[in-house]
Parts: sequence; structure tokens; C-alpha cells
Amino acid sequence: MTYITKPRLHHPLLAPNSLGFTRRDYEGKVSTLCAGCGHDSISAAVIQACFELDLPPHRLAKLSGIGCSSKTPDYFLGASHGFNSVHGRMPSVLTGANLANRELIYLGVSGDGDSASIGLGQFAHSIRRGVNMTYIVENNGVYGLTKGQFSATSDPGSKSKRGVVNHDQSIDLVGLALQLGATFVGRSFSGDKAQLVPLIKAALSHKGAAFIDVLSPCVQFNNHVGSTKSFDYVREHNAAMNRLDFIEPREEITVDYRPGEVELVTQHDGSVLKLRKLAADYDPTDRLSAMGHLQIHQARGEIVTGLLYVDPDAEDLHDHLATVQKPLNQLTDAELIPGSAALAGINDSLR
Amino acid sequence: MTPIKAVNDFVVKFANVNGSGSASANGMFAKSILRMGVPVAARNIFPSNIQGLPTWYEVRINEQSYLGRRGGVDLMVAMNPQTWDADVASIEPGGYLFYDSTKPLPPAKFRQDIQIIGLPLTAICNAAYTDPRQRQLFKNIIYVGAIAHLIGIEAEVLETLVREEFGSKPKLIQSNLDALELGRNAAAEAYQPIGLKLRRSDKVGDRIYVEGNSAAALGAVYGGATVCAWYPITPSTSLAEAFTAHCQDLRVDPTTGEAKFAVVQAEDEIASIGIVVGAGWNGARAFTCTSGPGISLMQEFVGLSYFAEIPAVIFDVQRGGPSTGMPTRTQQSDILSAAYASHGDTKHPLLFPEDPTECFEFGALAFDLADRLQTTIFVMLDLDIGMNEWLCRPFHWDDSRGLDRGKVMTYEELEAGKDFGRYLDVDGDGIAYRTLPGVHPSRGAYFTRGTSRDPYARYSEEGPVYVANMRRLLDKFESAKALIPAPVIRPAKRRTPHGVIYFGSTTPAMHESLDALDARGIQLDALRVRGFPFSDEVMAFIEAHETVFVVEQNRDAQLRTLVMVEGGVDPAKLVSVLGYDGSPITARFITDEISQRLVGHANNPVPQVAE
Repeated sequence: MTYITKPRLHHPLLAPNSLGFTRRDYEGKVSTLCAGCGHDSISAAVIQACFELDLPPHRLAKLSGIGCSSKTPDYFLGASHGFNSVHGRMPSVLTGANLANRELIYLGVSGDGDSASIGLGQFAHSIRRGVNMTYIVENNGVYGLTKGQFSATSDPGSKSKRGVVNHDQSIDLVGLALQLGATFVGRSFSGDKAQLVPLIKAALSHKGAAFIDVLSPCVQFNNHVGSTKSFDYVREHNAAMNRLDFIEPREEITVDYRPGEVELVTQHDGSVLKLRKLAADYDPTDRLSAMGHLQIHQARGEIVTGLLYVDPDAEDLHDHLATVQKPLNQLTDAELIPGSAALAGINDSLR
Repeated sequence: MTPIKAVNDFVVKFANVNGSGSASANGMFAKSILRMGVPVAARNIFPSNIQGLPTWYEVRINEQSYLGRRGGVDLMVAMNPQTWDADVASIEPGGYLFYDSTKPLPPAKFRQDIQIIGLPLTAICNAAYTDPRQRQLFKNIIYVGAIAHLIGIEAEVLETLVREEFGSKPKLIQSNLDALELGRNAAAEAYQPIGLKLRRSDKVGDRIYVEGNSAAALGAVYGGATVCAWYPITPSTSLAEAFTAHCQDLRVDPTTGEAKFAVVQAEDEIASIGIVVGAGWNGARAFTCTSGPGISLMQEFVGLSYFAEIPAVIFDVQRGGPSTGMPTRTQQSDILSAAYASHGDTKHPLLFPEDPTECFEFGALAFDLADRLQTTIFVMLDLDIGMNEWLCRPFHWDDSRGLDRGKVMTYEELEAGKDFGRYLDVDGDGIAYRTLPGVHPSRGAYFTRGTSRDPYARYSEEGPVYVANMRRLLDKFESAKALIPAPVIRPAKRRTPHGVIYFGSTTPAMHESLDALDARGIQLDALRVRGFPFSDEVMAFIEAHETVFVVEQNRDAQLRTLVMVEGGVDPAKLVSVLGYDGSPITARFITDEISQRLVGHANNPVPQVAE
């Protein structure tokens, strides 16, 4: 792999956002993933989401573990600090980064190997702690960088490219996230940008642990007949629960659907999630019913997608720790060092 | 056998059952002696257990401030039938045995060459209290009262301590005072004061009495640490708990109640160091505390911190290894696993505090070093320093001292167009500038990774690029030498070809041993190593002597190995003295070992070395 400089030239009519940035300003280096990889579509969705949200790129920090998916933060938001850390350990590194500076937006990118196998523990604990983050798993059911081994999200009965059948049960990260107390849970498909971009925008605006499982077929090792993570299989079995329109705080809300078809959820930052219902009995603000719904549809072989659960009034780890509003990494010496007078008192108490 | 007679120089050991409430009574005993101006060193010897197994509390009383373990026991307070035989056997000839005589014991259970002092403690308690828990708890206070009579602890001193201890619970003050009185009277009725005597002195001075873990945690507060992520493991747990307590006292805004710190009890040691690395990357001073097994688990992240150059601090409170080893016993056995932690070519700075005062100092310094060197700094405590209260110099802080945050490029510098290469050595010291996330809208962002990259943080697997970076990391390690605390040299009275190197909790035993060796005519120049990488002074010291003893508390002579490997020292020159049975090394042991090597046997004086 070599470092390729992207030409800075772009279409003169490329529209800027309210910050004066174009989509190109949210891009990163040229991807080194395989042509047609689902992950590149997710990177494009992240770029689109951040552009549309008018995010200053440097106010977002992107973190990842190890694997194909974890390489992608290099391919978007080149003006953001990024950290490609340790296999399965992105959640802890992100937690630490978030503790150090609560003012930035944290995007964690991981894969099914990174989060469902080696990193299952850190996935679980970062979510149950309510770390304010957007945690995206680019889920292809296979180890790509090591050439095609099953991952823990491979479904039982699915066949590898070499014809081996998987007999182990699969780990459903969405089900786990719901059970662990994630306050925003979504699932989408790398091939459905219309669904994915608003989900990412809503997750980035959410306060608390936001998790999105994105099925992202591996064109090289898991896109064949017999795979349950191929483009064709996911398209055929996709059962969207809703369609999300993300409305920024300053935007006007227009309701163009009949009552009962649309649900409006206002988030902590004033943004509104406008949900067009596709499944009549689905309430994405009810964790218990979401969990039940998910189980029933998955038992039927459907891949449930959409915004599956949201708690718009969630708390985060900083709330639980009662940390100061000022980022910990900006506290001054005077704010941190108790000084010699306090120390004299401590010495006295130890005599 | 003549009873031992000693004033302000003897060892009292309490043999108790874990969970019986003896710890606070024993602690009060030790502190009362300090309040009489006589130095003490008290050590808990405890099992990996919450209730039922044997535990001991050994108090060395020494007016000359020899505060290492001496070895041997002059007065045994034998309160645990399970360990009776071994406890009685450990008493020095002419020493004293204090025991609960409620239940008669056959004569075979005693020794002829010691003084026996029996008091019916259980009977006294049963007569005075009806509640079973009270009977158990007050028995401890009653024996303290009895011993106070026997060795001469002033009643007023104990009374003051009781009032301080139970200040918030007035009901408990009187009942504890009554129990002390009960013990004192019972002892006075049956026995005269014994040959071991306390006499008020002024040798404690302004020193403080504190555990190393608490001191290190306070150092972290003064060093500006704001993020602590940890996983419970003996003997480091109390460090994280002390940090939390210190921060609650010192770092909570009195008006808003907001915390200027964050403590996370993580799911394991890997997550702990991951959180520390994430926080360090983002510019907060962060640490974890752990022991040997945790160091093993953290290896991968420590390598990332080395290669991606991220500040981190690890307090390693060492215990007996390998594996679960002896989890409640002390050792200095993580030296190599910390110094060379992780795969690939790595090495890391280590600090070796000698006592809680240095735990405080190095605890604060470690964060400056981590930011300055952009790497993991290990502060190597051990169970003996960490979990025992030591009498040591008071903490000192110079209010003009600021936190050294190292080379962090600012918004202004980036805005002015200063060249930023994350791994670019612009100053020739091997240390590059870093930027913090969010600093500038268009400049200074870079991608952090554990994979090879060029000076501008661009991915590269080119051989020369990789080698240049690895060499720069060596230059940085060389720069660390000047920042690590210098060794402390204690020259012998006369010129000698023999030297000794020691470090950490061995210090008090070593100093006592040096005096004892001197009394035997053995002269040794002594050097206390305070950190790694070793400064040139350490190598010059070795160069200047024919034989250098290296005293450490592990089996494999780990510091000696490090000195040999890093300094290219001839192995024949370095002679090991190794105490690693899990109890703190004693002056007697070191003295005998060195005497034997130099004169062939332990107790004969050595011929004087020519001037």
C-alpha cells in the first residue's frame, strides 16, 4: 500500500454547507479496500452525514480497532484526528478520549470480528457505561484481512466461500446493545444510503451510547450464494421498521403524512427524528417491545433494519461521574494542583 | 535464659485471625508508640482471604529509625490457636509470649527459654460484654491495654488516639477507653512491666506515617491526573480507592459539586490501560494501577503507547508471582516484564520509590515524564511500600512548580504556519510534537496508528522509514536518562573495592545492613537506583568497583539482568543477594549474605581492606 495524494480539484458547482465546506472537505485518503467493498459506502455515508450536519470536521474524533472496517477512518474526515488502535479495544480507547474532552463528537468504527469476538467485552461495557459516542459496526460476517474465516456474527447454516458450513450460533449485536442499555440502536445496510445517512446523523446528534449495526457485504469473501451477508441476501431479507428523516434543531418541521404514520422524537440537542412507520405495531421508544419485535422478525429470517430504539433523554457517562463541563484536558494547573497549604494539612493528619 | 532487656528497640508481633477486628487495635498500638516520639515500622502479613485465615502484624520499634524488617520476634501476642506452634517457635530466646490463658494449655505447648505472660482475655470479655461481636472486638482493645502496661505506653497517648479515632461516634469513645482500662488493670494486677520498655523520645520529628498507595495516589492528584481507570487487584486496589478519596476532598467544586476528575472501574486491565491510552492521546493525564497479572494483560497497549507515543502512567504495586503466585505477599518481580513490556523492540522508563514520600514525589513526576516523553511510565511500588504504613519525610510541594505538559503544538503555532510532523524530530532529542484532537479547523490533524509511518504520520512499510523511526525512539530513550531521578550514592567510610546496588522497599533494611556490615569491618559503597533507563552514574559506580552486590526481592535477579544488558556489564562482577520468600527482606539476611560472600561465613569480621 502506498500513500496517494488525492487531487484537490473538485467540481466548481459542488454545493457548500453552512460552514462553507463542500463534501470534499469531509473526505479522507483514498481507500485501500477492495473495489465494491460495502465499507466504502459506509464511509461515503459518514461523509454525507457530517456534511449535512454542518459539523466542523476537527470537532469530531474517529476511533477504530483493527481490521478492514477499522482502516476506514483514514478514508473519511481527513481534517479530524483519528486513532486506529488495538484489535477489539476501540471502545476503551474511545471511553478514555471521551473522558478527556467531553466537547468533541466521538465516532467509533469497528467490525464484526473486532466487536463480536475479541472485543465483545469492551463493546458491552462501553455501551452499559453510556459513553457518549456513535459506535458503528461494519458487519460482513467474515474476517476479510485474514482471508475469509467465519466471524461470530455469521449465521448458523451459512456457507463460507470455500464451502464450509458454520454451525455456531451467531451473536446479534443489536439484540445485545438493546439488552445492555444502549440509548440509540439502529441497523442498516451499506447498500441503502437513504436509510443509513439519516441514521448516522441522528446517532451523531444523540447524547449517550448510540449503536448502529451496518450490514456491509464483503465482495471478496462473503458475497456468494449460501452466505447470509451477501448483497442479494440482505436485499431480499431486509425488513425496514421505519424510514427516518433527521431534522436539525433550526429546521422547520413539516408533517406530510397522515396521523399515526409518523412519529416525532425530539432529542437532547433539539434535533427531531421524524419516523415514518413501516411496521404498524413498532414503537422505537419502547425498549421492551423493540426487543420482542426484533426476536420475532429475526426468527422469521428477516433482517430488521431502521431506527430500532431511541431514548431521547438519555444520560451519559459524564452525567454519572458528575464531571465538570470544562473538558478535563483543559483544566489549568491551578484547577488541578491543590498546593502546599492543602498538603500541610494532609501531613498533619498523618502524624 | 535471661529475659531480653531493651529500651525503644524491639519487635512485637501480633498473631491474629483474619476478620476478627484486630487491625484497628493493632494500628492504634503502633501509632501510640509514634506519638511517644519513638519510630516504628509496622507490617501487615495477611492471607488472600476475608475471614478465618491467619494474619500477622509485626511492629518494629527502633529509636535509630531502622525501619526495615529486622527478623525475629521479642514479644509475640499469640491470639491465633491455628498458628500457635510456629508463632511460639519464632520468639527470640529470652523473649516474651503474651497469650489468652482462659483455656489451660499443656506445658508442652510452651518453651522454657521464654517468658510467659497469660491473661484470661476471653473470660474478661465474657464477664464484661454480652454481645458476641463486642466480646470479639473489645478483646483486641483489652490486649492493647494490657501490653501498654507491660511495655510502658502512656495511658494518655492511647486515650487521645481513641478520641481521634471515634470522634464522630462518642458512644464508642467511652467503651473503648473502658476496654483499655480493663486490660491495663488486669495486666497490672498479675504482672510487673517486662524487660522491653518504651521511653518517650523525640526521634519521630516531623515525619508522617502513611501507606505508599495513598501517597502515590496523592502524587497523582498533585501531578494533575484527571482520569483513573482500574480493575481491582491486590495489592493495588487501595491506590485507586485512595485517588478517589483524595479527589473527593481536593478536586470537587464546593459550589457546583462537579468533579475535576473521572474514575472508571473498568471490566479488566486491558480496558483500564485502553482508557488511559485514549485519555492520554486526547491530552488528559491518566493512569491505571495494577499488579503483575495486570501488567501481563496490558502488554499490547503498552507497546502501542511506545510506538504511537502516547503518554500513560502505570502504578505497578508488585506482589509475589508468577501466575497468581502469592497475591498478598511482597516482591520486586515485575522489573523485566515492565521494562520490556510488549512484543517487538520496546523499553519503558521505570521509577523505583523507596518509601511513601517518594511514592508521592514520583507519583507526581511520572505524569510530567509521560507528557514529556510521550510514552508509558511505570511507577514500581510493591506490597510492602504500598499497603503498609511507613514513617517517612513529610510531603513537600513547591507552589511555583507547574505541570510540564511536554511538546504539544498549540492553535497559535499551527495558525502561524509552524511545520507539524507528528513523528518529526525537530529538536534532536528524539521527541516530536503532538497535537490534541480539535485544536485547529484545518491544521494539525493526523492519524494515530500502531503501524509504521513516516515522520508526518503517513502510513509506510518502507524499511528505511521504519528503521529511522525505531532509531529515533532509541534517541528518545536516551533523552529519558536525564529526566529520570538520579541514583543516590552512600559512600563507605573508607575506600573499598566493594559496592552494593539496591532499590525500592529494600532501602531501610539495606541501610541497617550497611551499618551492621560496617560494625563487622565490611565496607561497601552503596548506590540506590531510582529509575530506568540507568544514568551514567550507575554505570560509573559499577565501573569503579571490583564487585558489586545487587540486592533485590525476586528469584531471577531481574535488576541485575537489566543492568547487565543495558550497561554491557560483565556478569561476573555483579553478585546477587536475593530475598524472595514473600516477606519483606531483612537487614539480617542481607548482612549474612554479603558477609558470607566476602569472608566465607556469616559472623566473622572481615579483614580490613587496604586504603
